[in-house]
Amino acid sequence: MTKPFHKKLLEKIVEGILALSGSITSLAVLLIVIFLFKEGLGLFKRSPVAEGYVLAVNKNNPVNRIDSKVVKRIFDQEITNWKSITGKNDTIITFRLDNLNSYYSDEKIGANLENLSVCISSLVDSISGIIAFVPQKNITNDFKGKLVKPENVSAGEFFLGKEWYPTAEPSAQFGVLPLLLGTLWVSLGAILLSLPLGLAVAIYMAEVANPRIRNIFKPIIELLAGIPSVIYGFFGLVVIVPLIQSIFNLPVGETALAGSIILAIMALPTIITIAEDSIRTTPRSMKEASLALGASRWQTIYRIVIPYSISGITAAAILGIGRAVGETMAVLMVTGNAAVIPHSFLQPVRTIPATIAAELGESSQGGPHYQALFILGCILFILTLIINLTVEYISSRNKLAKR
Amino acid sequence: MISEKRRKIERSKRLSERVAFGIFRVMSLLVVGILFVILGFLVIKGFSVISWDFITKMPEDGMTKGGIYPAIIGTLYLIAGSMLFSFPIGVLSGIYINEYASNGWVVKFIRLMTNNLAGIPSIVFGLFGMSLFVNTLGFGDSIIAGSLTLGLMTLPVVIRTTEEALKSVDNSFRHGSYALGASKLQTIRRVTLPIAYPNIITGLILSIGRVSGETAPILFTVAAYFLPRLPHGIFDQVMALPYHLYVLATSGTNIEESRPMAYGTALVLIMIVLFLNLMANALRRYFSKKVKMN
Repeated sequence: MTKPFHKKLLEKIVEGILALSGSITSLAVLLIVIFLFKEGLGLFKRSPVAEGYVLAVNKNNPVNRIDSKVVKRIFDQEITNWKSITGKNDTIITFRLDNLNSYYSDEKIGANLENLSVCISSLVDSISGIIAFVPQKNITNDFKGKLVKPENVSAGEFFLGKEWYPTAEPSAQFGVLPLLLGTLWVSLGAILLSLPLGLAVAIYMAEVANPRIRNIFKPIIELLAGIPSVIYGFFGLVVIVPLIQSIFNLPVGETALAGSIILAIMALPTIITIAEDSIRTTPRSMKEASLALGASRWQTIYRIVIPYSISGITAAAILGIGRAVGETMAVLMVTGNAAVIPHSFLQPVRTIPATIAAELGESSQGGPHYQALFILGCILFILTLIINLTVEYISSRNKLAKR
Repeated sequence: MISEKRRKIERSKRLSERVAFGIFRVMSLLVVGILFVILGFLVIKGFSVISWDFITKMPEDGMTKGGIYPAIIGTLYLIAGSMLFSFPIGVLSGIYINEYASNGWVVKFIRLMTNNLAGIPSIVFGLFGMSLFVNTLGFGDSIIAGSLTLGLMTLPVVIRTTEEALKSVDNSFRHGSYALGASKLQTIRRVTLPIAYPNIITGLILSIGRVSGETAPILFTVAAYFLPRLPHGIFDQVMALPYHLYVLATSGTNIEESRPMAYGTALVLIMIVLFLNLMANALRRYFSKKVKMN
C-alpha cells in the first residue's frame, strides 16, 4: 500500500518544521555568543578617553603616548612630574574646561564661548608642563599644541586591572579584577554555607526520613526554587541586611556576607535535588551488604552511600556555584555594590551580574562603557558554559561507569 | 570481657547514628522553615496593604500611594507574549527530540545546547535581548522585545517537560497505532500527544511562574520605571511586577514611605508564583495517579 503523494509531502513538511524547532536552542546559543562578542570586542580597539574629547600637551613635550592608568593618576594628582613618565623634568599642570576661569576672564572667552578654541590653543602653547583635557571640536587647524594618544584598552589591563571606574574622566578605567573577585567571594561564601546544609537535607530525604515526611518536604523545597530572585533580594534587604548590621556592629549591613547568605538559600534547592537523586542511585545490594556486616545505617551512609554518589554530589556543588555566579537581582540588592577588591566578608562587594544590571541603563549605546559591560557578559557566559560542560562531563562519565 | 567491649562499640555506634540523624533532621526542618519564614514575613507585612484598590489603581504620589494595576497588567502581557513564542516552539522541539531525531549525536548535541541555554544567567539574556531585539531589530524597549527575551529563556523548561512527558508514554500505544496503519504524524497527533498533554501543560505553568518573577532579562528590554497608563500596543513599554518591586525597594523617590507598597507588591508577586507552582504540582500528581490506574 503506498501513501498518496500529498500525504507524504505533508509528513516531510511537518518533519522539517519539527527539525527546525529542534535546532532552536542551538541557534539561540549561537546567536547569544555572536551578539555578546560583536558588541563587546570593539572595546579593545578604542581609546578609553571619553568620546569627543582629546588630551593635548605643549608642543615641546617629548611624550607621545600615555597609558590610560597613568592619565588617571595624573589627573588624580598622584603623578606630578613629567620626569616620572619618560618626559622632561617639569611639573605637570592639569587642565579641564572647569579650570578655564582661573586663566581667562569671561569677557575674553566670549559670552557664547566663541573664543574658546583660541584660548585653549594659547594656553597649551604658553605653559610647558600642561596636559589639557578638552573637547575635540575646539581643536582647530592652527592649534599650537600637540595631541597625545592614550594607549588603547588592552586585554591585559582589562582582566588584571584593579580599578573599575567606567565613567571616570578624562580616562575611564576598566579593570575587571574587583568584580571578578567579588563574584567569586560571594559565590564561594554561598557554597560554603549551602553545601553542608544541602547535603544534610539530601541525605535525610533519601536515606533517613520516612516517605510521608519526604512527600511533604520535597514539594516545599521545590517551591523554594520557584520564588523569584527579586523577592529573595527584597527579603535580604529588609531582614538580613539590618540583622548583619546590628550583629557585627557595622556602618552598613550591605556586605558580601548578606549576598552569600541569600545566594546560599537560592542554591539550596538545586543542590538538594541533584544530590538526593544521585544518593538514590546507590544500589540496594551494596547498602544491604554493609548492613549485613553489622554496620549501622549511619556508617553505611558515610562509608558506602556518600563515596558511591560522590560524583553526583560534586555535580550538585558545581551547579550550585553556577547558580550563584549568574544571580543578578538578589545580589544587586544586598551586597552594597562597591567596586573594590574584597578583603573580608563584612565589606560591600560588587559582582559581575550586578554591575551589568546597575550600569547598562546609564551607558550610551556603542560607547566604551557599554562595550565593557558586554565583555562582562561574555565572561559570565564563558564561566557558566565551563560549569555546565563540567557537570555534563561528570554525569556522562558517571553513567558509563555505572553501566 | 569481649562482650563488654562489643557492647561499648555498639553503644557508640548507635549514639553517633542518633546524633548524625538528629543533626540532619534539624537542618532539614531549618531549610523547610526558610520558606515559611519568608512567606510569613511577607504576609504579615503585606497583608494590610492589599486591597481591591491596591490591585486596580495606578500608582500615585511618587509611588507611595495608589496601586500596582499597570505592573500587574504588564506582567500579564509579558506572560502572554513570551508563552505565545516559547510554548509552540518548545513543544515542537520536544516532539522532534523524542519522536523524530534518530538516537545519536544529534539528540546529544541538542540536549547539550538546551542544557547550556538553561544555564545561561538571566542577565546575559537581558544583554542579548537588548542587543538583538531592542537595538539591531529596532523594536526599542517594548513588549515584543521583552517577550521574546523571556520566551527564549523559558524554552529549555518547555522542551524538557515536553520531552519527559513524551518519554513517559508507553511504547505499546505507539505500536498499537502503527499496527492499525496510522502514520507517524497521525500517531503523534491522535495518540502520543493526547496522553502526554497534561504533563506538557505542567511545563507551561512552570514557565509562566518563571516569567512572572524574572527581573534581569526585562530591565533593558521592556520594563518602565514609572508609567501610570496601560500600554498602547506591542511596541510600547510596560511596568512589570518584579521590576516594580525592585524600584520600590531600592530606588523609589521616597524609599521609607514606599515600603508598605513594596511589601504589598512582594506579597502579590509571591502569591502568583507560588499559586502557579502549586497548581503545576497538583496537576502532575493528579495525572500521574490517573495514568497508573489505567
